[in-house]
Parts: sequence; structure tokens; C-alpha cells
Amino acid sequence: MSDFESKGQRFIALCMLGMLLFNYPILALFNVSGTVFGVPVLYAYIFVAWVLLIVLMAFVAESDD
Amino acid sequence: MLHGTVIILTSFAYLGLLFAIAYYADKRADAGRSVIASPYIYSLSLAVYATAWTFYGSVGRAASDGVGFLPIYIGPTLMIALWWVVLRKILRISKQNRITSLADFIASRYGKSALLGGLVTVIAVIGILPYISLQLKAVSNSFTILVQYPEIIMPTQVGAAPIRQDTALWVALILATFTIAFGTRHLDAAEHHPGMVAAIAFESLVKLLAFLAVGLFVTFGIYGGFGDVFARAAAEPKLRAMLTPLEGVAGSYANWVWLTILSMMAIMFLPRQFQIAVIENVDEKHLNKAIWLFPLYMVAINVFVLPIAFGGLLRFPDGGVDADTFVLTLPMAEKQELLALLVFIGGLSAATGMVIVETIALSTMVCNDLVMPLLLRMRSLRLNERRDLTGLLLGIRRGAIVLILLLGYLYFRLAGEAYALVSIGLISFAAVAQFAPAMLGGIFWKGGTRAGALCGLLAGFAVWFYTLLLPALARSGWLPIGLLEHGPFGIELLKPLQLFGLSGLDQINHAMIWSMIANIGAYVGMSLSVSPSADEHRQASLFVDVFRQTGESGGARFWRGTASVPDLYGLLARFLGSAAADSAFGEYAGAKGLRWPDDRLVADAELVHHVEVQLAGAIGAASARIMMASVVKEEALTIDEVREILDEASQVVVYSHRLEQKSRELEAATADLREANERLKELDRLKDDFVSTVTHELRTPLTSIRAFTEILLEHPDVEIGQRKKFLGIITKETERLTRLINQVLDLAKIESGKAEWIESPIDLKEVISDTLAAMGQLFRENKITLDARLPERVSPVNADLDRMIQVMLNLLSNAVKFCDRANGRIGVALVERDGCLQVDVRDNGRGISLEDQAAIFNKFRQVGDTLTDKPQGSGLGLHISRQIVEHFGGRMWVESDFGSGACFSFALPAGAAADKRVA
Repeated sequence: MSDFESKGQRFIALCMLGMLLFNYPILALFNVSGTVFGVPVLYAYIFVAWVLLIVLMAFVAESDD
Repeated sequence: MLHGTVIILTSFAYLGLLFAIAYYADKRADAGRSVIASPYIYSLSLAVYATAWTFYGSVGRAASDGVGFLPIYIGPTLMIALWWVVLRKILRISKQNRITSLADFIASRYGKSALLGGLVTVIAVIGILPYISLQLKAVSNSFTILVQYPEIIMPTQVGAAPIRQDTALWVALILATFTIAFGTRHLDAAEHHPGMVAAIAFESLVKLLAFLAVGLFVTFGIYGGFGDVFARAAAEPKLRAMLTPLEGVAGSYANWVWLTILSMMAIMFLPRQFQIAVIENVDEKHLNKAIWLFPLYMVAINVFVLPIAFGGLLRFPDGGVDADTFVLTLPMAEKQELLALLVFIGGLSAATGMVIVETIALSTMVCNDLVMPLLLRMRSLRLNERRDLTGLLLGIRRGAIVLILLLGYLYFRLAGEAYALVSIGLISFAAVAQFAPAMLGGIFWKGGTRAGALCGLLAGFAVWFYTLLLPALARSGWLPIGLLEHGPFGIELLKPLQLFGLSGLDQINHAMIWSMIANIGAYVGMSLSVSPSADEHRQASLFVDVFRQTGESGGARFWRGTASVPDLYGLLARFLGSAAADSAFGEYAGAKGLRWPDDRLVADAELVHHVEVQLAGAIGAASARIMMASVVKEEALTIDEVREILDEASQVVVYSHRLEQKSRELEAATADLREANERLKELDRLKDDFVSTVTHELRTPLTSIRAFTEILLEHPDVEIGQRKKFLGIITKETERLTRLINQVLDLAKIESGKAEWIESPIDLKEVISDTLAAMGQLFRENKITLDARLPERVSPVNADLDRMIQVMLNLLSNAVKFCDRANGRIGVALVERDGCLQVDVRDNGRGISLEDQAAIFNKFRQVGDTLTDKPQGSGLGLHISRQIVEHFGGRMWVESDFGSGACFSFALPAGAAADKRVA
């Protein structure tokens, strides 16, 4: 049961991380003009952070239970 | 060439393919080799979330709001991070209770309330209608546009078609037929549709591939990659502002946050998401893959949204082309016929997937939670007596599907033109978000009650209706527009879009804020003020504590009543058909190690629960409840009894705690026993010591007596002086022997409790004076100074006079023995304090070391070096004295600093304290 609980806690932490990443003020930091490899900074940030979050979720989800 | 015929044929070919897949998957499932028993199919089928809204609408939203379309997909990603906690629990509850839909879940949680199930169904149907109309609009629009190829003409410019030629109506009717063929071919006890799930997974692949194809074509075919699209957009003054859009074009961060929260609720509580994620789930473990694969799908289908949006804005700069159609019109403008057709099929797959699952989910709800409970209550229909109801159930569902699609079409005709695709969809999102408090509260908070859920849902739905649906109808001209501008009856405070004067917010945010306040407020408030019934109490416990229960029998604990096996079987057969009923009974009997129908089953609580759960799988918990009541005579449990049963469950926990405690106590007892055993061994050793010591002590005087008598015997000529001396020694040794034997006997008597005690009030001062007087001679002989401090009067003590004299004699003679040889001094003091009489006998000998002080009261313990010093007593005196004092409730101790004398003291309770002890 403790494994199940710790997995749940990791997911809750990831959800909170996501809420932080996709919210004011972090979002405002990247809401600037300029481009990364030709892509506007904000778009690049959102997609990179999004994929990163999913990678972390995959890592936790596939950890043995 | 893209003739209408080609498009229609392709569409039907596509639908035919879907049907073939579903048919194949159903056959495989019947054969026990289901294709949907895979986490990948599960993840793909979850992507039914991406509808025509995503396929066409995201680009439309992006063209006006930049990144404003993304919260619709980021929100679900965040919610999916919580799936392990939330969805896993819902899954477990649904499996155990055979939940068939969202309405069934809520009704079941709050005491199997038919009223609540009906309310949820009504809210879901009304709330989802705009969403269904969106799909119809998207399909019919894309068809209308594609038919004009190679011209690009917007549907609005084509003009409203008469109703018989309206594509949307035909789309609605075709989809209705298709869904009926798909989802209601036969009645499944568990509401599983493996064929449908397989087809939906396939549709998810098609729409993703179509969207990626058009995305790649626009980004790398028309333009030179991502950088090129954005660079060209940046060069356009009109588009430059959208590249860092969050403050300006996309509205505030508040909008972003509210959209995120709204989509978090939607991914959980949209009826079709609930159907796919919960009802159609075949294995809880599939979550592990779905948790990251499904969000990845959402990323993939969104990557090309912005390039397509900017590409469309650059390609059609005059605004004559609706941004919602860029996905289709860009390939058309580039003369890519096949790609345009693929896009149309992709859009069709997105729309059909949504419509199929949504209407199946809604029709189940309408049938199980709205129509059936009503029909069953109408006694005049005599439904209870009909032999086979499966046909009726299927009929209701088919009717519901047609009705829902026609209502969707009606909404499309009434209000569809006034809004963009995304805005229509968001109205539905806001409606299903109303389920969140009752659902989430229901699985985590046992205090949530039926009254709370009813009031919360009603309040939230009413606010949603007022702030979102009414304005939509008003804008379409079906209600006076003055309602929006001046409020009802001119009351400005009640303007639907600025309720209570709250302005400056997006319409959706505004509605969400007010509806959530009303919903959560009413839910919590009513839950806390109305106490739940026994049924609610039981269901709350079953749901919230689902992980603490084992197996399906959880609900059987709460049932008490009488039923018969044939009645139960008959009931099940009427609703499921006799084959399914046989298999249900066989399964139950098998679990009990019996055979159906050869062995006799007992219609006990467990069987009744089993039948009810099977029945609930077909007609919903609330209807099943009503039906069960017709064949089962149930004794209602009172709330106290339910509490009691729940307590039993918690008692198991307490019991295991107690068990632990017992084992700890056992360990302690073992330790005690071991200690007692050690003490026994010690006593045994002491007894042996005692015997050997006594023997030794007896032999010393005996040896000396024998030696002297032998001398006298063998030498009769010993001179008279010498002889007298020898005889004196013999007498003295005999006396010592006698004394020793007396003391041993005395001790034996005391220890065995056989000693005779003559208890009477005695004056301790007199005892001491008498003893001192008797020993006066001894003191004088040893030249000892006596210092006696005795008070005038003391309270009497209850004791044996002779025994007390014996104690005093012993202490004083010891003092004499160990006194300083040259300058002996003995002090005797008697004081009365704290209800006790204390006697101190002090000498000025060499004292007793600390180790010896503890041992000196032991038997045969003599202080001093036994090798060099001649023993000066039997070693029993102090031991006996202490026994005597303790017998009379007192105590005896010694204080000494080594080298400066010792003080033996004893204290006895005096006066009243002594009387009390005797009494």
C-alpha cells in the first residue's frame, strides 16, 4: 500500500508542478518577444514544458508498483 | 474531381470500414480474445476527447487568440496527472457497483436516488446539446465547403438551405442510424461495447494522421518550416501582436486559468469521457500507459495548430474565409484534392467518434436513470409482469439516440450560427463542470448527502442556464436581446452576462465563477445541514472507502430481508434474457463451489446483492433498486444499524490493534515468568545455602563440645581448675547450640506463618527501658556508655510484647558486639513522628559498608571478614528481627557511614494508624 501511496503523492506533486509551469507568473516570464529556432518564445516554452511534464508522468506511471 | 457524389461515397465507405472494425472487434470479444484489452487501444480511444472542435476549431481559436486554445489540452494533462488518485478510485467503485454511466454513479453514491439520477441525466442532455450541434455544424460546413471545390465559399454565403436539403439534418440522421447500429445491437449487462471502442481508437488514428498531414503540408509544403511561418507572420503588422499574445489578444491570465480548470473538469465528467475512461475500461492497469500516451496524443494533434492558423491568416488576409475552416480551405486553395478529402474524412472521424460515444452514453443515462425509473413506477403499465424487457430497453435507447441527435440539430438551427466552434463547445464544458462537486465530493467526502448533491446540481445548472444558454438563445434572436443589455424586467443587477454587476470577465469565466459558487455552496451547505438516511450512509461508505473493501460482497453486509431464488432468477431473466441470467447465476454458484442449476442456492444477502448488481449493470442502480423491491421483502436498516455495520468494519482495525497489544502483553508475561523462574532458582539456591549454613553453624559448637568431652574422658586426671574451665566452655557451646536451634525453629515458624503472635497494645518506651535495665550488667562489663533518649509518653503500638523485647535485645546485643572496644558508646532514641514510633540504636563501631548494608538483613549474613573474624552470632538475629517488625506493619533499616558506627532503626505504626491496621 505504501508504494501505491507514494506513487499517488508523486502524481499530485507533478500536477502541482504543472499548475505552476502553466500559470502566472512563470508564464509571464516567457511572454516576451523573440524567437527560439524561429519559434516565438512563449510557444516554444509551452510545448517544451508540456512534453517535459508528460515525460515525468510517464516515468512515474511506469515505475513498478 | 471532388463531386458531391465522390465525397458522399467516400464518407459512407469510411463509415462502412468503421462498422467492419466494430463488428470484427465484437466477434473477437465474444470469442474471448478482445482487441481492446490493450493499454494502447485504451489510450487511443480516450482521444475521443479531440472532436471536430479540436480538428477545425483549435485553428479558429488560435487565429484570434494565439495560444488561447491550449488550456483545453493542458488542463486535461494536469487532470490526468491526478488520474492515479482520482480515476483509479472511480474505476474501482464503478467495477464494484456495476456503474453504467455518470448519472448512475452519482445516483448510486447518494443512496441510489432515482431523482438525482434523473436530474443528472437532464443536465447532461441539455448541457451536451450545444456540443453535439457543434459536430453537426462542423461536418455539414466542411461538406458544404468541399462541394464548392475549386471555389472557396463560406456556408453563410451559400445561404440557409430549406430543411429537407440541410446537410446538417442528414448528417444527424445518418449518425443516429449508425450509432444505433453500433451501440444498441444487443444489451450487455456491463454496458461494454468492445466494437465501439475499437472503432473509436481507429477514428483517433485517422483524425491524428489527417491533421498531421495537413499540418506538415502547410508548414513544410506551403512554407519553409516553423521558423518561416512565424517569420512571415512577424513581418505582417496585423499578426505581429499575436506572437506574444497573452496580455493583449488572448485575454488575461485569469481567462487562461479558468479555461484550464474547466477542461480539467471536462476530461473527467463529459459523459463520453466517463464512458470510455471508466465504463469501457477493461483493466485498471491500462491507466499506467494511458496516463502519458493520451497527453502525448494531445501534444501531437496541437503542434501544427499555430502554423496552420498563421498560414491561413497569411493566405486569406482579407478575412473572407472563416478561420474555423483553415484546415480544409488551405489544401483546397493549394489544389490538393486528395489532401482536402483526407481532411474532410479526418473531420468526419473526429465528429462521428464524439457523436457515437456521447449519444450512447447519454442514451444509457436517459434509459436507465430517467425513463425506466418512471416507467417502473407507473403501476398501470404492469411492467413487473412482463416476461422479457430487453426489447423495451433497447427500444428506449434507440429512441433516445434519435431524439438527442435531433435536439442537437435543433440547437444548431436555433443558436449554432451565432458562435464559433470553440465557444459552442465551452458552453457544454461549463455544463458538465457542474458535476464536479457532487462527483469529487462523493468519492472523497463521506459527509456529502443526497440533499446536498440535488441542491448543488440544481443551483449550478440554473446559473449555467441563465448565464450561458439564455444569452446564446438571445443572440440568435430567439429571445429579446434587451434581456442581455438591460437585464430581465430592466433590472440591471440581473443582467445574464454581468450578474450582480460582475463585469470585465470572459462570458465563460463569469458563468463558471457564479455557477461554482452556487453549486459548491449549496452542496456543502445542504450536506452539512440535512442528515443523511441509512441508504446514503451506506453508499457513502462503500464509495469513499472503496479501497478498504475486498470483492463485490461489500454491499451485501448492509442487507437484511427475505427472497426466493426463482424470483431472483425470473427478475434477472426478464431484463437480461435467460442466457445472461443463467451465466450470472452460474458465476455466483461457481464462486461458492456449487453448480447452477443442479445445486440449491440460498437466497441470502449475498445472492440478492449479486442479482441487484447484475441488474444495475443493465438498467442502472436506481431502477435496479425499484425492481429488486418487487421480488425481495427487505427489512429497512435503520441508520443506527448501518452505523453499527460500519463500526464493525472499523472494529476489525481495532481488533488487529488489540491483537498486537495482546501479543505485546504476552511478551511481557513471558518476561515476568522468566523473572519469576529466576527468582525461584535463586530461592532454591538460598535454601540449599541455608541448609548447608545451618549444618555448618551446628557443627562448630558440636566440634568444640566433642573435643572438650573427649579430653575429659581420656584424661581423668585433668586438674580441677582446668576441668572447670573445660566444662564452662562445653556449657557455653551447648547454650549457643540451643540458641541457634531455637532461632532456626523460630525462623521456620515465622516464615511458614505458624508462629503465634499475641497482639496487644504495648508501650514501646517500657519495652526499651526494661531491656536496657536487663542488659545493664553487659554494658558495664564492656565499659559501654549508654545514652538513652526516651520521651515522657508515647502512643501505644499493637505488637507482641515478647517479640518486641526479642528485637530490642537483638539490636542492643549487636550494638554491644560491634561497639568500639576501648571507648564504647551506644545511643538509644525513641521518637514519635508521622503516626509512627521510630527506635534508633546507634553504636560507634567501625560501621557497615554500603554493599553490606543491603545484605545484612539476609539469613546467616555476618558482617566482617569471615576468614579472620570469629563469627559473633548465628547470623539469624537481624533477619528474624526484621521479620517481626514487618509482621506488625513496620519496617527496619540501617544507616551507616563506613568507619563511624552504624544506626539500626525500626518504625512501627502507632496509635490510630496501628488501630486502623488491626481493624
